Amino acid sequence: MPSLGADMEAGTLVEWLVKPGDRVKRGDVVAVVETQKGAIEIETFQSGQIEQILVDLKSKVPVGTPLARIRTEGEEKPAAIAAAPPPAVPTAPPAAPAVAHAAPPVVQAPGPPPPITPPPPLAPATAARARVSPAARRLAEERGIDLSTVTGSGPDGAITFADVERRIGEAAAPPEKKRGGLDLAAMRLAIAAAMARSKREIPHYYLEHQVEITACEQWLAEKNATLPPDNRLLLGALAIKAVALAARRFPAFNGFYRDNKFEPAPAVHVGVAVAIRGGGLAAPALHDADRLPLDELMSGMRDLVQRTRAGRIRGSEMSDPTITISSLGERGVEVLYGIIYPPQVAIVGFGKAVVRPWVVDGAIGPRSVITITLSGDHRAPDGHAGALFLAEIGKLLQEPDKL
Amino acid sequence: MKQESIRAEMVEMTYREAVKQALRDAIKRDERVFLMGEDVGRYGGCYAVSHGLFAEFGPERIRDTPLSESGFTGAGIGAAMAGMRPIVELMTVNFTLLALDQILNTAATVRHMSGNQFGVPLVIRMATGAGRQLAAQHSHSLEGWYAHIPGIKVLAPATLEDARGMLWTALQDPDPVLIFENVMLYNMTGKLAADAGPVDIDKAAIRRPGRDISLITYGGSLWKTLEAATALAADNIEAEVIDLRSLRPLDDATIMASVAKTRHAVIVDEGWRSGSLAAEVGMRIVEQAFWSLDAPIGRVCSEEVPIPYPRHLENAAIPQAPKIVAAAKAALARS
Repeated sequence: MPSLGADMEAGTLVEWLVKPGDRVKRGDVVAVVETQKGAIEIETFQSGQIEQILVDLKSKVPVGTPLARIRTEGEEKPAAIAAAPPPAVPTAPPAAPAVAHAAPPVVQAPGPPPPITPPPPLAPATAARARVSPAARRLAEERGIDLSTVTGSGPDGAITFADVERRIGEAAAPPEKKRGGLDLAAMRLAIAAAMARSKREIPHYYLEHQVEITACEQWLAEKNATLPPDNRLLLGALAIKAVALAARRFPAFNGFYRDNKFEPAPAVHVGVAVAIRGGGLAAPALHDADRLPLDELMSGMRDLVQRTRAGRIRGSEMSDPTITISSLGERGVEVLYGIIYPPQVAIVGFGKAVVRPWVVDGAIGPRSVITITLSGDHRAPDGHAGALFLAEIGKLLQEPDKL
Repeated sequence: MKQESIRAEMVEMTYREAVKQALRDAIKRDERVFLMGEDVGRYGGCYAVSHGLFAEFGPERIRDTPLSESGFTGAGIGAAMAGMRPIVELMTVNFTLLALDQILNTAATVRHMSGNQFGVPLVIRMATGAGRQLAAQHSHSLEGWYAHIPGIKVLAPATLEDARGMLWTALQDPDPVLIFENVMLYNMTGKLAADAGPVDIDKAAIRRPGRDISLITYGGSLWKTLEAATALAADNIEAEVIDLRSLRPLDDATIMASVAKTRHAVIVDEGWRSGSLAAEVGMRIVEQAFWSLDAPIGRVCSEEVPIPYPRHLENAAIPQAPKIVAAAKAALARS
């Protein structure tokens, strides 16, 4: 059970999207877990073959509990010794053998790695190996078809080439998956817990910086004139990119404060605060935002917002943000002071762009100005660093074509 | 060659007659060619293949031999090494066992043993197969054994065209070539182009194209397999029938291309199942086309018994069309 937020202690398994025997790649969605933030899709961190499901549906288990066992490519098949189960290793605790030899659980739990030796006794294989013809197996591999979802019609019920072809046809028009949807009451409790913890534990400091964004607006207008409406860029995309780049240059704002020390994160995953109709709020990660070209960042943002509102966030998106951005500009608010989402150490707020009298080259003129704020964790970087960080964001926004 | 024959006048004849035409043509075309065997001359051959040739060509070219397969096969080997192009007829494949040492130990090895100083451009013809109630000692299909031997070629003409055309090509080969003529084919009639001539001896032929399953066979079983394919077509199963024609070397490319297309294979071989040519073909498919297979490879071979004399038991012991149909449907999981 992965931790999908610092405040999460347990989760309820509501849907398995894989079965024993399925092949999974790192990043595949394998299960759905109900948390206080709603139903979250859990991705696997490990490629291999699902060997055993360890947690039943509807079970609520603590964070860190292995959900499934994955056999990686190199690992030996248990079937070889399953026929004659060896006597239990006396030193092994009763529950340990089930997981001790396996690949790391679906999501690597914190703590020491599982012991590698000695090879523990293995559970007998539960099901007979499915009969799959070589041609069917190869086709399934080429087309990414999960053979456990294919019904065999060949000799002895074997899965044949035609069976896989049929499955490919079905997969081309997949049925809409039903999801638990959002439990706003539970989400509200989660927000309450996280925000209360933040204000209780994190000594916030606040900085505010007014940035002229005429260049951004002009650049966006020119750019969007040539783009179809669906692909148009929004100021928000520039804001995310600028913050992500600044966070890369100021790593002290990109990471987590844990166990009384700051741990910088190796990548910049910008959490984007998304309001959910009915009173929900989530800030899932836009992965590697500092490295995404603007058009990809924009489409990623659209997708993320859409899925968040549909209650289809992935586990990594919930757990990965290294810094958060919140914007209330669309709501007409000029300045926003955010509350840091623990264990992150910074949240950047964007207000509404307003036209103000502005001094440019010694003359006063009307200019679009936006107020950017930084809420920082004073245990980690100081206000001095915060000022430089915030100034960097402002500078980056002066040259949108370089973002 | 084939396209020319389509335009030519077609003549109705038996397989026996096609073989005889091939013999006559070879004897006429090359003065080094002669036919040698038991009762091939005055009697006209035990299957009447050489009937009339003795009168036409005389005892120099159509030579009756004593009942000593080892002796006259050895004489044929010697003649071939000395520059002749002998055609040795061994009455049936079971009698070739008496000449096996000459074939396997001498004919197949001389080029190697002599450091390429001598070759054996010998053709050995023989009748093979069951179905004529000749009982356990005269009904073998041992061509798969011979296909095991490096240094020789093994042919199985199943059509009039091949019966007519393989002999000359075999005679041009610098090494021994064995031609297996299935006893059940001699009386088969069909149409052959009046100007039919030599054919290649290293390619399998697709006798009926199909998309669902490859039925791989040769010799006398070809016609049973084609009959099975017709029956399968009535059930909407399109079988592709491959006639191996050459059992050594095997035309792997044609087999694999077919299996890659159909993904299913049944091999029909009148040899006994264990260690059969069917086993060799099946294993090659596994080696070369495993990832194309959609079902286990099937085999229809002879029952592992001495071939019985009673007709109903003999028929039950060797491949028949209904067994081929059943094997194809099993591979396709159809009933």
